Amino acid sequence: MSNIDKETARSYLLEMSKIRHFEEACGRMYMQGKIKGFLHLYIGEEAIAVGAISQLTNQDYVITHYRDHGHALARGMDPNKIMAELYGKKGGSSRGKGGSMHLFDKKLNFMGGYAIVGGHLPIAIGLGLALKKQKKDGIVLCFFGDGAVNEGEFHESMNLAALWNLPVLFYLENNQYGMGTHVKKSSAAADILYKFADLYGMPATRIDGMDVLTVQDSAKEAINKIRTNGGPVLIEAMTYRFKGHSMADPASYREDSEVKQWEDKDPILLFKEYVKENNLLTDIDISNIENEVKVIIQNCLKFAENSPLPDMSVAMDKIYYSDN
Amino acid sequence: MAELTIRESLNKALREALDNNENVFIMGEDIGMYGGPYAVTKGLLEEYGSEKIMDTPISESGFVGAAIGASMAGMKPIVEIMTINFSLLAMDQIVNHAAKIHYMSDGQLSVPIIIRTVTGAGGRMGATHSQSFEGWYASVPGLKVVSPSNAIDALGLFRSAINENNPVIFVEHSMLYGVKNEIPDQYYETPIGLPKVLEKGNDLTLIAWSGMIPLAKLVSTELNKRNINTEIIDLRSLNPIDFELIFESVKKTNKVVILDEYWETGSFGSYISSVIQEKCFDYLDGPVGVINSLNVPMPYSAELEDKVIPNIDRALSKIKELFGF
Ligand SMILES: Cc1ncc(C[n+]2csc(CCOP(=O)(O)OP(=O)(O)O)c2C)c(N)n1
Ligand SMILES: [Mg+2]
Repeated sequence: MSNIDKETARSYLLEMSKIRHFEEACGRMYMQGKIKGFLHLYIGEEAIAVGAISQLTNQDYVITHYRDHGHALARGMDPNKIMAELYGKKGGSSRGKGGSMHLFDKKLNFMGGYAIVGGHLPIAIGLGLALKKQKKDGIVLCFFGDGAVNEGEFHESMNLAALWNLPVLFYLENNQYGMGTHVKKSSAAADILYKFADLYGMPATRIDGMDVLTVQDSAKEAINKIRTNGGPVLIEAMTYRFKGHSMADPASYREDSEVKQWEDKDPILLFKEYVKENNLLTDIDISNIENEVKVIIQNCLKFAENSPLPDMSVAMDKIYYSDN
Repeated sequence: MAELTIRESLNKALREALDNNENVFIMGEDIGMYGGPYAVTKGLLEEYGSEKIMDTPISESGFVGAAIGASMAGMKPIVEIMTINFSLLAMDQIVNHAAKIHYMSDGQLSVPIIIRTVTGAGGRMGATHSQSFEGWYASVPGLKVVSPSNAIDALGLFRSAINENNPVIFVEHSMLYGVKNEIPDQYYETPIGLPKVLEKGNDLTLIAWSGMIPLAKLVSTELNKRNINTEIIDLRSLNPIDFELIFESVKKTNKVVILDEYWETGSFGSYISSVIQEKCFDYLDGPVGVINSLNVPMPYSAELEDKVIPNIDRALSKIKELFGF
């Protein structure tokens, strides 16, 4: 495993804690009725977004599914704008027209969260195709879940990426459930999802998605491969969502013991132990980070609360592109 | 003035697009080596090469989505979906993605793609290959839909579509590719959204588009023999539609019949009819007539297909029933 410096350790812990606390705040605000609709939390999976996105440059694209807060935050999106979006306020990233599942930030090449399972995979192909045609160096980091692997669009996209040798990193977050359906009940290849890549002649690995350094190292290697060869790579990260599929889901389909087993691998707790054991961060450093995160969360809640509601002119705007 | 078929005018339009904008590329099934299923892209691969003219796998959702993604990253893709029947496999990309991304991102991203596809019955191709879904797409906010009936509009609408920063569904009719017209030498565009009066008349307004225009002309000729002067309006665009020209015509003739190749239930023609009844009720001498395909999957047999599609006999008897002509 790679050695990291203090600054990187600080940054990973900060980013993962930011996501964790942001998601917990979302859960509370959902219960209070401030956030409506579908709300899918990323708690338990933070190491993936943080470890993988840390390896990108500004010119790379990120595109993801509806469980997108973690990816958006890790890419650097403003928590204020995300929270205001979840509140349906005018200060939101899409002035309240996207919602939790549809976050976008073009300036960060964060090309969006998409709520049709598998639907954004062909779009990722197109981003890669554009990079190739424009002879740019960037890559496309495309996150999706184990559920998406059963969609035709996954296989169509894998084929196109390999056929056209496109710079796409297919990032499969295998949290083992699609809503309440275990991957073993949804895929005939449940134990070897990453092997689908073999058929398309695409390098692939399966990794421990609970360890941010493993995620970092494997992403680095995959991205290097893509930048050198041009062609796609797939990573399957084994992970778990600690909460239900969405806030509407009490997760009655799984055993407490299973949840407990994964909670023991909490990526943030594990990383805290690691940084202390390796003298990268002290207890004081860690509590400073936690305080910093607390302030960020308080601020974004305040921002969202105080942001005005959109009026109907916002609803009728940007249906079509217009020059004015 | 050169005389071109719709097929040739579209080929010309594609060449212009490729010549004028380095971000333009074309993709679709069998558009290159094969020469295009309807030969619209004939000769382009040889001239522009495989970077610009990309043959794709039979993977409608995959390559339409790829076009969307590429357009979001600054390219100007033109996608051919072999026929509108197969566009259903890309419906997710068209309706859930192309139509929504600009809105959901609040204008941060746009999807400036053109999807060319082929609609319509009449080719004896049976139930799965004879459908007219342009009205479906026209009902979706975020998409623009055009469907020319002649070579002049085909070229002019394509030029407008290429200048659009929105997703445009460019619907061609399989039976019209051979329609020939004199094309003006001077550059022109046909604005998206503007219907056109094809024939002027005072007694009856006939509204149609695409594959129903030849039938509208036939009906008009027949009625002329009885001294009834029809005004034919070619919608040309299904979304948006500038209704003013339609209202003006209705206020003049007070009688309207709409020809629509789609089934009766939920047809785009009935939407046009509802707008007219609401906005021009006081001007109407009778109900707005809509003539559609019968509510059956398209039978293969020519004998049957010709009776299922709106035809001259059904049109004339409906007009007689409504207005006594
Ligand atoms: C095409 C489509 N079918 C069904 C749904 C409903 N749905 C939303 S999320 C989900 C489960 C997806 O699971 P997975 O891809 O593993 O992602 P995870 O939620 O586990 O992160 C389903 C079935 C949908 N949004 N889109
Ligand atoms: Mg899952």
